[in-house]
Amino acid sequence: MRRALSLVIIIVVVTAALLFLGLRSSNGSNGIVGVASGAALTGFSSSSATPQQATNNFLLDVQRRNWGHAFSSIDRKNAALTQQDFVDEWMGANGGLRSYSSLERFDVRPLHATDSDAQMRAHLHWTTPVGPVDDVRDFHLTRADGQWKVVWDETPPPNEPAQVIPVNYLRWDLVTGNAAGAQWGSRNVDAPHVRIVSMNAVNSEEGSVVMGEVVNEDTIPAFVNVHATLVDASGNPIDDESSFDKILHILLPKQVSPYRIDFPNVSLDKVKNVRMDVKATLVPASSDPVIGVMNQKLDNDAQGHSVLRGDLLNEGGQVVNIPHVIVSFYDNSGKVVWVSDGYVEKALLPQESEPFAVELPKSLAGKVHNFHVVVNQYSSQTA
Amino acid sequence: MRPPSSVIAGNSISIGTTGSAAATFYLIGPASSIKRSVDLGKDIPIVANNIQSAGNYVAIVCASSCTSSEFFVSAAQPSSLTLLVHPSRAPVAQKDVISAVALNFDEFHNLAMTPAGVDFHLSAQGVPPISRAVESKGGISWFRMSSGKSAGPLQVVASIDGVSTRRVVEEVASDPCNLRIKGQRTAKSISVETDPIRDCAGNPVPDGTVVTFTARDGDQVSTVDAPVKKDVARAEIDAKGPVTISAASGVVMGNELRMSGQ
Repeated sequence: MRRALSLVIIIVVVTAALLFLGLRSSNGSNGIVGVASGAALTGFSSSSATPQQATNNFLLDVQRRNWGHAFSSIDRKNAALTQQDFVDEWMGANGGLRSYSSLERFDVRPLHATDSDAQMRAHLHWTTPVGPVDDVRDFHLTRADGQWKVVWDETPPPNEPAQVIPVNYLRWDLVTGNAAGAQWGSRNVDAPHVRIVSMNAVNSEEGSVVMGEVVNEDTIPAFVNVHATLVDASGNPIDDESSFDKILHILLPKQVSPYRIDFPNVSLDKVKNVRMDVKATLVPASSDPVIGVMNQKLDNDAQGHSVLRGDLLNEGGQVVNIPHVIVSFYDNSGKVVWVSDGYVEKALLPQESEPFAVELPKSLAGKVHNFHVVVNQYSSQTA
Repeated sequence: MRPPSSVIAGNSISIGTTGSAAATFYLIGPASSIKRSVDLGKDIPIVANNIQSAGNYVAIVCASSCTSSEFFVSAAQPSSLTLLVHPSRAPVAQKDVISAVALNFDEFHNLAMTPAGVDFHLSAQGVPPISRAVESKGGISWFRMSSGKSAGPLQVVASIDGVSTRRVVEEVASDPCNLRIKGQRTAKSISVETDPIRDCAGNPVPDGTVVTFTARDGDQVSTVDAPVKKDVARAEIDAKGPVTISAASGVVMGNELRMSGQ
């Protein structure tokens, strides 16, 4: 009887110790996604005696979606900021890419620290439906009563009344009519005339890359896909791939899109020839929304990488849930030397703008003379 | 056996025979075959239904031994025309861009190989109609032509012996010509628009044609891909400093516009 009681006590103590250790671990590598919002289990959080601990605790709360605790732990500089604004800042809204993302892991490094304030840099690794997205965010922390707190000076979005935005856009529909009994050849419609205007194949760190630009030369919209087949010296195909998401698939008349086709683990040295094939289909399309690409500039980011920055301005009346930026970079002879793309994590609201940044390989930074940006858009509402 | 020297599809015929025994008759054609008991020495009637397909036929009679004979069935008079016109959309003022091919068929869908004159009649709004007579070769007649100067539907009619078939080609505007832009500052941005955009033949370019407006301010660039609507493309460019704005559509560049700062 006594032995059984001792065993029960040992099991309870070991379980409690393991629970305590598990909740204290704050390296952020194994976060649980989907914990309900609120200040659950607050008493088990680590102390924030150092800027590193405070930032780790804060990001762990974000990772666990423990919004109540995360919101109460920050040093708010704007009293108007609500918890919902804070959640929207982290998790996105309006069906943006961030709404479908999870913070997989993070790494925090100090940039600068004194006794009373500190600057921390966090590398945030998000999992998203379009692949992993890495983000760098700097946090300012201050110390009060022996505890460090993340300073949150983000301004909440203006609380604007509902607006009516007049839109008057073009739209193309396919009208096929009743084909039954139609004479042979009487309803033939040619596929849109689309042409590859440039192609360049290069070796990259990951393998071979085929890129260039394609133009819709027709007077109707076209759904376009570019295929490439790598052929070796004996004429045998090595691999074939399509441009997948690195192209503007729906091209309006006279519109030009970059394309990029990646062949991972295939060295260009083995390739003798590249067979290109562009397929175009007649599709219904809409010209709304028009997205302006403002303030484009080649720059260096905080980590010293070359990036093209700019702002997307939605000039239409439709929410763009997931904007996708595709850029072709040219050398001084006008040849496409690289094609890069990037997704914007926040939804692009009508008449509003969102910043974007697209990375350029360091080796090409000096060669780039010009660039051309196009914006692909994924919207849940149909135009 | 003595089959007729010339047979027209869909016409009844008789095949003469010699001898005086009971026999089995076989007729093997390009699309059908028949078997029948016959008496040698009498004509073998073959009804029209059995020789509707043009081509080579083999007639075989077997009694104590088999003998065979061949004859050719030609297509009947053309009773329908199949007309293929390509492309369905053709840019204006392009040389030899439109092709039309007519195939003559008889009532049994045999290609009528006999040379026959096919009249092609082309009509478009605002221009006098054109007619062209082409003699078919092997049942096919064709011609090429250049597109006209005006955008709009081009009607192509092929006719032979009172039978006609119609197709329509959409002649569309060609690349833009003389792209010119104008702009003005508004409270928030620069509003820029093109003059009505036309091709070199004066046709308005189709709605939806993309015009790329580019504003340069030092090493900073802003671009808007704006579709043409009712001949004009418009865009709002967010720029406060002095900028140089240009426009391009396809391979055509427009003028440059210099706007001073706000």
